[in-house]
Amino acid sequence: MNTSSGRREMTEQKSIWVFIEHTDDHIADVSLELTGKARELGDHLGYEVVGLLCGHNADALAQDVIHHGADRVLLADHPELALYRTLPYARVAIAEARRRQPEIFLVGGTPNGRDFAPRVASALRCGLTADCTDLQIGDYYVKKEDKTYKDLLYQIRPAFGGNLIATIVNPRTRPQMATVREGVMRRPAADASRTGVVEKVTPAFEPGDFALEVLSHQVRKSTIKLKDAPVIVAGGAGVDGPEEFALLRDLANLLGGEVGASRAAVDAGYIDRAHQVGQTGTTVRPRLYIAAGISGAIQHRAGMDQSSKIIAINTDPNAPMFQIAHYRIVGDVGEVLPMIIKTLRERSLGESDAAERTVDQGDAE
Amino acid sequence: MTEARPIHSVVLVKQVPDTHNLTGEVMTKDGTMNRGALPAIFNPEDLNALEMALEIKGRHGGTVTVITMGPPKAANILRESLFRGADKVVLLTDRKFAGADTLATSYALQLAVQKLDHFDLVLAGRQAIDGDTAQVGPQTAEKLGIPQITYAEQIIDIADGKITAQRALDSGSEIVRCTLPCLLTVVGSANTPRPASVRRQMARKLSAAPGEYAAIRKEWPEFETDEALEAYLTEHDLKIPVWTADDIGATEGSIGLAGSPTQVHKINFVVLESTESKTISPTPEAIAAMVAELVHEYIVG
Repeated sequence: MNTSSGRREMTEQKSIWVFIEHTDDHIADVSLELTGKARELGDHLGYEVVGLLCGHNADALAQDVIHHGADRVLLADHPELALYRTLPYARVAIAEARRRQPEIFLVGGTPNGRDFAPRVASALRCGLTADCTDLQIGDYYVKKEDKTYKDLLYQIRPAFGGNLIATIVNPRTRPQMATVREGVMRRPAADASRTGVVEKVTPAFEPGDFALEVLSHQVRKSTIKLKDAPVIVAGGAGVDGPEEFALLRDLANLLGGEVGASRAAVDAGYIDRAHQVGQTGTTVRPRLYIAAGISGAIQHRAGMDQSSKIIAINTDPNAPMFQIAHYRIVGDVGEVLPMIIKTLRERSLGESDAAERTVDQGDAE
Repeated sequence: MTEARPIHSVVLVKQVPDTHNLTGEVMTKDGTMNRGALPAIFNPEDLNALEMALEIKGRHGGTVTVITMGPPKAANILRESLFRGADKVVLLTDRKFAGADTLATSYALQLAVQKLDHFDLVLAGRQAIDGDTAQVGPQTAEKLGIPQITYAEQIIDIADGKITAQRALDSGSEIVRCTLPCLLTVVGSANTPRPASVRRQMARKLSAAPGEYAAIRKEWPEFETDEALEAYLTEHDLKIPVWTADDIGATEGSIGLAGSPTQVHKINFVVLESTESKTISPTPEAIAAMVAELVHEYIVG
């Protein structure tokens, strides 16, 4: 099953691949973000940027991928590929990767991407790193072999536990595979004048590829728009119970923002997992991020440290969140949040500057 | 219609460091984990996978076999599986497995599953809390050459050699039908794992792998030799079988550190510092001044 039956193209051109996900004739944001990142890495290394696109009647999507930075799109266009299914999609990717030997293969860390990538990596017997928060190029020296591997993909991710960032490399296997969550990389602007090659590839399915059929698919329209929220008020383990957590909602409403949460708050049942910010949740970069009672494990910080302004509220003055905060408030969430809410309410009511008025009152006493 | 024939399930479980209770030095120099420094627990979603298998057994009959790969003390979660209702457990342990990444792990698990007589379903938790990769399930399915249903939340039906299940996705849900055998990864919202049964706990508390005999004999001095204990355990079907790399016929270059394509280049302890930061007292005046500043900078308002 793992024997290489594909003919290897005798080409000198090395390539970086991006798995292009799409639904309803719309390419997933993360796929375009990764196309932009691949473009950046490709320019640095002199590699071709290739989008792997499985679908049906997907020519327009292929052009969109090129407009976002790809040199080439491998388009497997087939009725059986209209919707994502593990085995037919993996069949195409495995066959083409064996034939063309990409150096790097990037996949979005979406439910489908995380279903697809390990299946493909297992067949190709290559390394795969999940949920990278950064990708760089660099060398890797192996002492035992006294050998330096040049231009490897540094797959950078928060590791285990909370205070570590691990840089993972795959020196000997190809492609170097990594998944990256939506929002981690910046999405490039489309350039309609960009041109590239759309190369049709013919899937060679096997009967077993259709072992699974999708009987129904229900899309729950999410009302939570964490990724695009200008302000996020997020709570963690330092929030004392669901009632105190309701203060976050009040503040978020006042600021026209959304409520976020750390994993601890989600695990405690204060709020639905859809609100989770961080490496395994949503990556956000709002104008203002208020971290209420969030200690700031690296997995959480990785998902919000690009925020323009960060206010951290915590009773523990040593909470790691304070290290990246612009405003540090050592205090109890249950006391501080009502103060912020009160100030904002007064500002919206009064004509004069509420802050000045408060200070004036303070002086008068 | 319900499948008349019994369903034999294999559940892949992992003992993980409790990442909610971090203490001490947990990373070693080569970038792998020093698991000894942390309390070890049953990976939460693997308990959901076990529960799903036990429910299937309750409905269709059949057996539930639990396999774990890990250090000798991973026998603890196998005992816990027996207390909760597993029929059979296997401890896959060998120094040669040490340092395995997800690919090398899936290879060993593939061989272990194939060593069993027969299976209809392989179940595993969606992901383990120590790495959150969610990779081992699909990687193992590929190596076994069987289809996968990831993020399984509910079994709707097993009939005519096919399983119908609901998948939980970020964007909604999906109902799929798949031929058996297949592999399921199970999400935490699937069920509430049953507690250990007191009756089973009483009956199985002596269950042990050979590596644990010394400790058990200390507690139960009536077993004067390992042989005597082994004879007792074997007679009462309490011996936890241990499979080594040789037992499953693993190729040395494909397991452990040697079989792992991913390598840790470096580990950085992160020191994050914001460029400009202010300490605000938790007083109404200071908070109001901060809000005024944010309004002034057009951050809020």
